[in-house]
Amino acid sequence: MTTPNLVELLTQKASLVSAVVRPVASMDEAMAYVTDVCVGKEACQILASGCDAPLSDTAEALCETKQEKIICAPQMPAEAMETLSGLCAEKGIRLITSGMRSRLGGIDIGLTMAVAGIADTGTVVVRSMSEEVRLASMVAEIHIAVLPASSIVADSYALEPTLVEWMAQPDYTAFVTGPSRTADIERVLALGVHGPLELHILILEDK
Amino acid sequence: MQDATTLKEYRRQLREALDNDFQRQALDKFAVAYRTSRANAFAGIDAPELIAEIAAAKDVAIDHLEELFQEFKRHAEAAGTTVHLAATAHEANEIIARIAKENNVKTIVKSKSMTAEETHLNDHLEAEGLEVTETDLGEWIIQLRHEGPTHMVMPAIHLSRYQVADLFTEVTNKKQDVDIQKLVKVARRELRPKFCQADMGISGANFAIAATGTIGLITNEGNGRLTTTLPRVHVALAGIDKLMPSLHDALRIIRCLPKNATGQAITSYVTWITGAVPCEVGPEGKKVKHVVFLDNGRMAMAKDPEFKQVLRCIRCGACANVCPVYRLVGGHKYGHIYIGAIGLVATYFFHGREAAKNLVQNCLNCGACKAVCAAGIDLPTLIKEVHARIQDEEGHPLYSSVAGQVLKNRSLFHTMLKSARLLQKPVTGGTPYLRHLPMFLFKDQDFRALPAVADEAFRDRWEKIKPHVTNAKLKVALFSGCVQDFVYPEQMEAAVAVIATKEGVAMEYPMGQSCCGLPLMMMGEKKAGRELAAHNMNAIDAQDFDYIVTLCASCASYLKHGYKRLFADDPAMAYKAAQFAHRVIDFSSFVRDVLGITDEAFAGPDKKVTYHAPCHLCRGLGVTEAPRALLGVAGLEYVPAEEEDVCCGFGGTFSVKFPELSKELLTKKINNLKATGATAMATDCPGCIMQIRGGFERDKTPFEVRHVAEYLAERLKRK
Ligand code: SF4
Ligand code: SF4
Repeated sequence: MTTPNLVELLTQKASLVSAVVRPVASMDEAMAYVTDVCVGKEACQILASGCDAPLSDTAEALCETKQEKIICAPQMPAEAMETLSGLCAEKGIRLITSGMRSRLGGIDIGLTMAVAGIADTGTVVVRSMSEEVRLASMVAEIHIAVLPASSIVADSYALEPTLVEWMAQPDYTAFVTGPSRTADIERVLALGVHGPLELHILILEDK
Repeated sequence: MQDATTLKEYRRQLREALDNDFQRQALDKFAVAYRTSRANAFAGIDAPELIAEIAAAKDVAIDHLEELFQEFKRHAEAAGTTVHLAATAHEANEIIARIAKENNVKTIVKSKSMTAEETHLNDHLEAEGLEVTETDLGEWIIQLRHEGPTHMVMPAIHLSRYQVADLFTEVTNKKQDVDIQKLVKVARRELRPKFCQADMGISGANFAIAATGTIGLITNEGNGRLTTTLPRVHVALAGIDKLMPSLHDALRIIRCLPKNATGQAITSYVTWITGAVPCEVGPEGKKVKHVVFLDNGRMAMAKDPEFKQVLRCIRCGACANVCPVYRLVGGHKYGHIYIGAIGLVATYFFHGREAAKNLVQNCLNCGACKAVCAAGIDLPTLIKEVHARIQDEEGHPLYSSVAGQVLKNRSLFHTMLKSARLLQKPVTGGTPYLRHLPMFLFKDQDFRALPAVADEAFRDRWEKIKPHVTNAKLKVALFSGCVQDFVYPEQMEAAVAVIATKEGVAMEYPMGQSCCGLPLMMMGEKKAGRELAAHNMNAIDAQDFDYIVTLCASCASYLKHGYKRLFADDPAMAYKAAQFAHRVIDFSSFVRDVLGITDEAFAGPDKKVTYHAPCHLCRGLGVTEAPRALLGVAGLEYVPAEEEDVCCGFGGTFSVKFPELSKELLTKKINNLKATGATAMATDCPGCIMQIRGGFERDKTPFEVRHVAEYLAERLKRK
């Protein structure tokens, strides 16, 4: 059972680490949000300086692998995919569910379903045995995670029994808290060093 | 990497580091910001309790490393991971090179691993013809510069954006802007192709969970996730001390580590990997997965009652963040591979005596690291222990064994001090300072004036000033320490006057007492230190007194905690030491908490007084309020100074061995005190008074520096 303050707490804590948190009433609303973000975003955000940033030739070459707007949504529920592909077709966005390995130059949005949320740190938990899910949440410029409100727990201890169960077989699970960040140069915070530049959490309200 | 072969050479390197203005400013800024961000991160959390829990859980794990290894291996192998145990650094490197060969690996990406730094893994793999790229931004930068890390969490904290821009210009062959946001994005794009091409990924592991065979990685950048996902082979290299029984242990550490490291509630990513997960480019669509555990002396350390706590370390780097010495000279000079306080200890075990012998002397014993350690490791004591061990192995330097011989013989020591009074005449010029120092004796000591030995020692005044108390309610022994006895007897006299205002307090000054022995500990003369402690416990029979009061914070903390440790292996003496320690109390706590002195005792005009918190009082004994409150009780206006509890740079013998560092710390202290606008400072330690008063004297700034007892005595109402 989720109490409203868990949603509130998660929202507050996630916002503190620069995640964008939005409540959504339905999966359809979530998919509309995803396509809107994709349409609204710059073609390539990775380079703060735009595409003509000075790169070595190898790095430059990788840039060329990305020519259109792409959303990667591996392992999303069938209904949501239906909505999403309709919206993408309408807005001229390429929707893929696999083949992330050949798109390491970056894609616009990686969409995943979070299995849980941890309120006290503003964390989403992404279970990603599937390599495509793993990469979608790592390689994209924007990672959007849909988080069912009912799966939010108070702290990581509350999630322990579930995690232990998963770990009984091969497993790859991540706690994701805010976008990728570094402070390695002069301790100045920079977002999006290797992973996503932005993290959006869509909290899916209980029916 | 610190590689000096002699102390002289080490001091030269330290002087060079002091000249690195950028590094010093960067570390200074960080040290100040860190205080606030750590405090904010722990707001509402009982940090000491969390730290105690971590320490206890780690201790359990350390006692069962062999079983935990077997358990981890069983579970991990069932899930498709191959598990190795390497006895030495070289063996670990060979195992990893072999895995590379067997899998036809050409290129490797690495995420951050201190253990790989420990084994010099990159050098080994590169010698085998493999291409290795560090992908953590800081690690990549220092790899390109062919350097080691200067901080465990922020490896490139010593470099400026200009240096990084120049470096990236070289790497990309294109002129780069000096803009951090852009530089970070350039790194992102430059490293992506490396991830794409790599055949093998090497990571560390923050946790190895025995119950499930899972490894846990905590990172901020996300490179750890790419490293463990893209290449078809993944090797995790971890110290065997990373083993812990259950996931709970790891979750507990995650609550503390990021907060203690950088003031973050949690890192951006915590990744849990169990077994060989699907991987498109791996054989049969699965990852080739290996975990290599490194022993390299850890198993032996786990059986060493004194040093096993080193294995509790969770590599948060906090002990460097707060260390005043690290802050001055940076990690290349304050560590070998592991840096900061833990580096001083770990270097001896992982990299040998040669690498450690100079380093371990460079510690003020200020206790800042111990107070902040996420695993409750008693770092300052261990640093001194390593020093003592090295001296036992290598032979004690002459000055140090002579000091041991002199100090443990009370009458010889005191006779020498008394003759010093006569001998110093030509150098005092009639002032209370040594004016014309014979330079060969006190080379580089001129940054502060040193006090002269007083005309009459406190012990020689005692019979004259001793208050006579009939029907005593409380019996108190006074412990003066050498400095107050022979240099600042007026501080003791002031204390006697203050204590005497309460009726029924009988004071004794046991004449047999000698130096507390801390200086010997600082010099690594453990054996002589033990004899001295036994001597003092005989001279002051604890059972005769309710309290043993001392005005010296260093003596107090050493008498209270150090003595028990010295006799840990001798039950009878340990019992005696515990009885003794139980009665030891510092002057301020005694006057405020036991005597309960009130403002009625005081009169006189108001005056602004700032305060310096002695390391051994505020951290050593946890006394923070009493002295400040007493100033208020006495009707003085206490004005707080910046960084009040940062060491003044005295550190006993430290200031003699490393005058350049001592001087820098003193300068900072003096500037902070001056900035308060007050012109008087109180404190509770004669060593700090010697240092700070001497500094103001050299600075030619009139500033009153006195013991809390003196301020109280001055304002006592005449009866
Ligand atoms: S005791 Fe002080 S000087 Fe020594 S390592 Fe710890 S923080 Fe640094
Ligand atoms: S010794 Fe303590 S403070 Fe230092 S890195 Fe290890 S856990 Fe952190």
